[in-house]
Amino acid sequence: MREIEVSKITDVVEKLCIEANEHLPEDVKCAIKDCRACEDGEIAKGVLDNIIENFEIADRENVPICQDTGMACVFLEIGQDVHFTGGDLSEAINEGVRRGYDKGYLRKSVVKDPVRRGNTGDNTPAMIYTEIVPGESVKVTVGPKGFGSENMSAIRMFKPSHGLQGIKDFIIETVETAGPNPCPPMVVGVGIGGTFDKAALLAKKALMRPLDTSNSDPFYADLETEMLEKINELGIGPQGFGGKTTAIGLNIETLPTHIAGMPCAININCHVTRHKTEVI
Amino acid sequence: MARKITLPLTEEIAKSLHAGDSVLLTGTIYTSRDAGHKRMCESLEKGEDIPFDPKDATIYYVGPTPAKPGQVIGSAGPTTSGRMDAYAPTMMSVGARGMIGKGARLPEVVDAMKKYSGVYFGAIGGAGALLAKCIKKCELIAFEDLGAEALRKLYVEDMPLVVIIDSEGNNLYEDGRKAYLKEHK
Repeated sequence: MREIEVSKITDVVEKLCIEANEHLPEDVKCAIKDCRACEDGEIAKGVLDNIIENFEIADRENVPICQDTGMACVFLEIGQDVHFTGGDLSEAINEGVRRGYDKGYLRKSVVKDPVRRGNTGDNTPAMIYTEIVPGESVKVTVGPKGFGSENMSAIRMFKPSHGLQGIKDFIIETVETAGPNPCPPMVVGVGIGGTFDKAALLAKKALMRPLDTSNSDPFYADLETEMLEKINELGIGPQGFGGKTTAIGLNIETLPTHIAGMPCAININCHVTRHKTEVI
Repeated sequence: MARKITLPLTEEIAKSLHAGDSVLLTGTIYTSRDAGHKRMCESLEKGEDIPFDPKDATIYYVGPTPAKPGQVIGSAGPTTSGRMDAYAPTMMSVGARGMIGKGARLPEVVDAMKKYSGVYFGAIGGAGALLAKCIKKCELIAFEDLGAEALRKLYVEDMPLVVIIDSEGNNLYEDGRKAYLKEHK
C-alpha cells in the first residue's frame, strides 16, 4: 500500500488548472494547422489563422487561451493500493481549483445554484470523476470545460432497432443544430452504450482522448473517420462562416449496454479542447 | 481586405456594411452579458437612464478573465449572443446599434436590426488572448458586483471582426454555408 498526502493532489490540480488553460495540447494544435492547410475560402483561412495566432500568444505569454476558463472537470484514476492521508480528498481537489483559478487569473464561472444562481467566487466546486484501477499511482486529468459548447451537447435513448443509422443521424443533427454557437471548428465526443449517465460520461471522456488516436476497435475507428468526414461536408466551417473545417476531431467511446437499449450521448467542445494530465 | 471602421456606429456607417465584410474596428465600446443586460433593460422599463449613452453605441458580449499585473484586460473573446436576444431589441430601441458576439440570433433580433439599422459583428470565439491585444483601455463603469459580467468601457484599436448580420437582414451564417456548399457540390 502507498500513502499519498491529499495536499499533493491539491498542488497537482492547481498546476494543471493553470497549464490546461494556457497551453493547448499538441495534438489539437496539429489538427487545427492541418485543417488550415486544407481550407480554401478566404474568410475560413483568416479565422483559422487567427485561431492559430491566438494559441501561440497564450503559449508565449502564459495567458488563458479563451476567457471562458470553464468548469474544472477533474478526472482521477486511483490505484486500488493507494491510501489518501491528511484530509478530505474532494476538498483537496476543490482547494487546488480555488488556488489555480486565483493564481492563474482565470475567470470564475461557477454559480452555487442552477436556478437561483449566485457566483461562488472561486470556480468551485470542481466536477469530480473517480475511477478505481489496479496499481498504486494516481492519474489526475484536468479538463476545463467551456459552456458555449457544453450547451450544444445532447443525449438520446435509442431503440436497438434504430441501429447504426440512428446514431449517425443523431451526430449530424446535433452538429447542425449547434451550428456557429460552440465556436467551430469543434471537437465531437460520442459515448455509446452503458446507461443514461454512463453514455454522457463516455462522451466527456472521448473529448479527453488525443485527436491523433483512434478507437481500438476498427469498427468504431472507421466510424470516427466516416463521421468526421460527413460533418466536414456540412459546410458550417470555422466560426460558422462557411467552409470545410466544421470539426477538427471526433472520438467515440463505448460500453456494453442492456438488451432493450442503445444510449448515445454527444458532448460538443470548441477548438479550445483543453486537458492536462499528471501521474502521481 | 478588411475595412477600417471608426466608432461611433452611425446609421450611415451601419447601412454601408454588408454580411461577410471583414472590418477592423476602432473606438469606444461597452461590455455586457446576460446579467448586465437584464439590469439595463429593467432600468429602461422604469424610464431610468443606463450607465452609458446608448446612441450609436456598440456592445461587446464578453466576460473577460481578470487582468494579470501589467495587462489592460485579461483574455476577452465573445460569448454566445443568443442569450442576449431577449434584450437586444430593447437596447436597439434606445439607440444602441452595434453588437459584437458569436452564434445565431433570433428572428426578432434581426427584425429590430432592420428597423433600427443595427449591425451584428462576429469576433472569433475562443480567440480571447488575441482579441485582448486590441483592447487599449478598460474602465469599469457599473455593476461591479457582477465580477466578469460587470459593465466596462473599452477603447479598441483595429479589432478584427466579420459582419455576420447586416442592417438589411443578410446573414453570413446562412449565406456563407450556402456559398461553400454550392462551390463544393
